[in-house]
Amino acid sequence: MSRFEKLLPPPMRRPPKPGHAPPPSNGHKATNGNVTGNGATALEEQEREKDGNGNGLRTDDAGARVVDRAKDVPADLVGWVDERMGGSSFLTAMLLRKVPKGTNWFYTLGSATMFAFVVQAITGVFLAMYYTPSPVEAYASITYLTNDVFMGEFVRGMHKWGASVMVILAFVHMARTFFFGAYKYPRELNWVIGVVLLILTMVMGFTGYLLPFDQRSYWATIVGVNINGTGPIVGPYLSDFLRAGPEFGATTLARFYAIHMLLVPGALIALIGAHLYLVVKLGTTAPPWLRADRKPKDARAEQVDAIVSPSERNGSGNGSNGHH
Amino acid sequence: MKPVGYFEGESLTRRKVFTVAGQAVGGIAGAAIVLPAVGFAVAPIFDRPEESWQAVGPLAAFVPDTYRARVITVAEGIGEAGKTTIYVRQGSPELLLNEATGEYESPEDYIAITTRCAHLGCPVRFVQAAGNFICPCHGGVYGFQGEVIGGPPVRPLDRFQTRVVEGNVEIGPRYSVTSQLEPVRARDPGEFTGGIWEYLYPPRPSTAPAP
Repeated sequence: MSRFEKLLPPPMRRPPKPGHAPPPSNGHKATNGNVTGNGATALEEQEREKDGNGNGLRTDDAGARVVDRAKDVPADLVGWVDERMGGSSFLTAMLLRKVPKGTNWFYTLGSATMFAFVVQAITGVFLAMYYTPSPVEAYASITYLTNDVFMGEFVRGMHKWGASVMVILAFVHMARTFFFGAYKYPRELNWVIGVVLLILTMVMGFTGYLLPFDQRSYWATIVGVNINGTGPIVGPYLSDFLRAGPEFGATTLARFYAIHMLLVPGALIALIGAHLYLVVKLGTTAPPWLRADRKPKDARAEQVDAIVSPSERNGSGNGSNGHH
Repeated sequence: MKPVGYFEGESLTRRKVFTVAGQAVGGIAGAAIVLPAVGFAVAPIFDRPEESWQAVGPLAAFVPDTYRARVITVAEGIGEAGKTTIYVRQGSPELLLNEATGEYESPEDYIAITTRCAHLGCPVRFVQAAGNFICPCHGGVYGFQGEVIGGPPVRPLDRFQTRVVEGNVEIGPRYSVTSQLEPVRARDPGEFTGGIWEYLYPPRPSTAPAP
């Protein structure tokens, strides 16, 4: 047994079961009379292998493959994880799934929106390292992270412009789904989830707009909260909920910050997961300008036509008639 | 097929009992976590801030024919963001205090008008030359008493309760008015007042009662 083989878990180096035909090249087996291995213990088999090969390496196919895999450490690390998680079948099914003919660049808009979200999530996490959600300190902390922190303006810029990019991409993705008719049965639920995702993206934009806490943020939020308040019956209470009171107060900013960085992102991630699950499960639609494939029967009839010439068909027809 | 442990004639199986009991216990445990958390988040809706009265100057500082700008604090602990400008004047016997009752203002009244536009909450400014309040955002225009004379606002400008203490004018809680200047409980901008609107935009527990 080699050094690598000892590292492997026992199930991977178990010797062949009794009754398993030994390789014909092993001359030792023929002399001891125990050709089929009936009644031989695992220890005996190991002994035999050692005697036969001298170096103790197993020569049967399975054994050689195990040793090769063990030598290939990075590949085997993946195998080690995969053996315990079984993720490869999922990944294979997802990445190698069939897509319809005519799939084109329009079908990348959903992924583009998701990557815009990923950019927002990553830059947002790093902005949170410098931001203080207090009405007295928020503006100063934003000024500091923009002007003094290395690359601060760039990271904040990515978050600010990325927000607009995400909203635009979400709308274009939605338009693609609408005009391609990709919301129809059985994909209605995915359309509904997508609409909720769009609303949550809007909530992200609304709550994030206040955080710099400059004049523009403050007055935009005042106006935005008051627009919420114009809804009959529930509107006034919704405004109070958003402001945490009858006036823009001490905890309004903290409330917006919590909604912006904890509540809505969690919901977004969960719903993006559901959205993707349904895309993979249901598959995508072909573009509307593509005609449906012909039925297999038609294709077969055409093949028959190509092989059997008209005269032959006529001849066989005559023959069958002749039997009558 | 009969479930395991089924007795002839029983209507409620052991499995059914434990399924319902398990779901009930799980539901109670979930509610015990979710309900307090939701209550924590929505509590400010039902909580009325303490009433505060702020002095804005001696009686002699205010006249009946124009407004004086004063700054009061409407939210504590957030610095400049918690302050707001208001316009204060003395009552004028020529102006109606309440069109519905036909009551006129008295020189002993002090009228404090908000700068919060009744459209969507932008800050209005009193323009001396025109005698009007003008909103910069969407062009709302209000007359001398805060009544709407142009633009999108849905009701007159809000007012604050006033009182005189030891020769000083003090400003109290906010209230809204109807188009006839009847006082009603404070509403947010964009919400109509009076008539059926009092029910479509119900008064909030977080605001003080109307004077």
